[in-house]
Amino acid sequence: MNKDWPIWEIFIRSKNGLDHRHAGSLHAADAEMAIQNARDVYTRRQEGVSVWVVESKHITASNPEKSGELFEPAKDKVYRHPTFYNLPDELKHM
Amino acid sequence: MEQKALYDYLLLLGDNPTILGQRLGELCGHGPELETDIALTNISLDLFGQVRNYFQYAAEVIGNGATEDSVAMLRHEHEYKNALLVEQPNRDFAYVICRQFLFDIFHQLLLNELMSSKNERISAIAHKSVKEVDYHVDFSSTWMKRLGDGTEESNQRLTEAMGFLWRYSMELFKPTETETLMAEMGVGPDLSELKPIYMERVNTTLQASKLVMPEKTTYQYGGKTGRHTEYMGYILAEFQYMQRAYPNMKW
Repeated sequence: MNKDWPIWEIFIRSKNGLDHRHAGSLHAADAEMAIQNARDVYTRRQEGVSVWVVESKHITASNPEKSGELFEPAKDKVYRHPTFYNLPDELKHM
Repeated sequence: MEQKALYDYLLLLGDNPTILGQRLGELCGHGPELETDIALTNISLDLFGQVRNYFQYAAEVIGNGATEDSVAMLRHEHEYKNALLVEQPNRDFAYVICRQFLFDIFHQLLLNELMSSKNERISAIAHKSVKEVDYHVDFSSTWMKRLGDGTEESNQRLTEAMGFLWRYSMELFKPTETETLMAEMGVGPDLSELKPIYMERVNTTLQASKLVMPEKTTYQYGGKTGRHTEYMGYILAEFQYMQRAYPNMKW
């Protein structure tokens, strides 16, 4: 029997943030404990108002060796950025 | 006279979290897992934060140049009024969790009553503390279930801890003269009224934890009137060391 607790990835939403951001990882025996541990480890200084936890094994990561074929083709496709439109002056924060 | 009674009552309120906080502080760097270590010392810090509120008030009440530090750290053993439960040692993690659970359930009931205390200062402290203690209850209750309903060994260890610590539980509900007086004045609750709710809550968690209520035991009393177990002197030796060696030392 494996006696080590599994690793969980922790996502925290800060007070003014709209999305949960990856904060780090920790050990816990179950999801409820992961939430409690995340609260104790990552929100002691008022960093968050909401916590998501997911067991690390459930995350599928892209293969670093394939980063060339996955991400490089986007490099020379500048026309995908909406920078060729003339925006009216009234429109701010675009 | 009334001031002395209020002072004594603040000690009764503050000494439990003081000694339990010190016990939990002993685990700093020694928790079974990094995350649990942080959780237990967080709880310790919550408790000491509450203690500061009680003892700052106690120092004002008693006057004579008393400070929160002198109230907390410069009394003799028989002047501490904590229940015997909280001075019990960290024998293993099951004892730590069980002791915490037995105290947390009481602590939550107490603070819920103190929120409507006629003493506004005590009521304000209770309002401030109750959310922290609600979390302590969550933490220790889920650990009770996890250990009790975990492996054969964790269940057996928790059963042993419960069998040992249960004898100290009823002291929490046996009022001292001061507590009776404060209940009459509407400052504190009638502790005996909290007992049935306590028994019910403990029982509910024990059932969910696949544990049975310990059989009839000889309940132990004494801490609240200054008669402590042999552990108390060692706790105070460590707790008071800095203030005794370097009087009036501050951070």
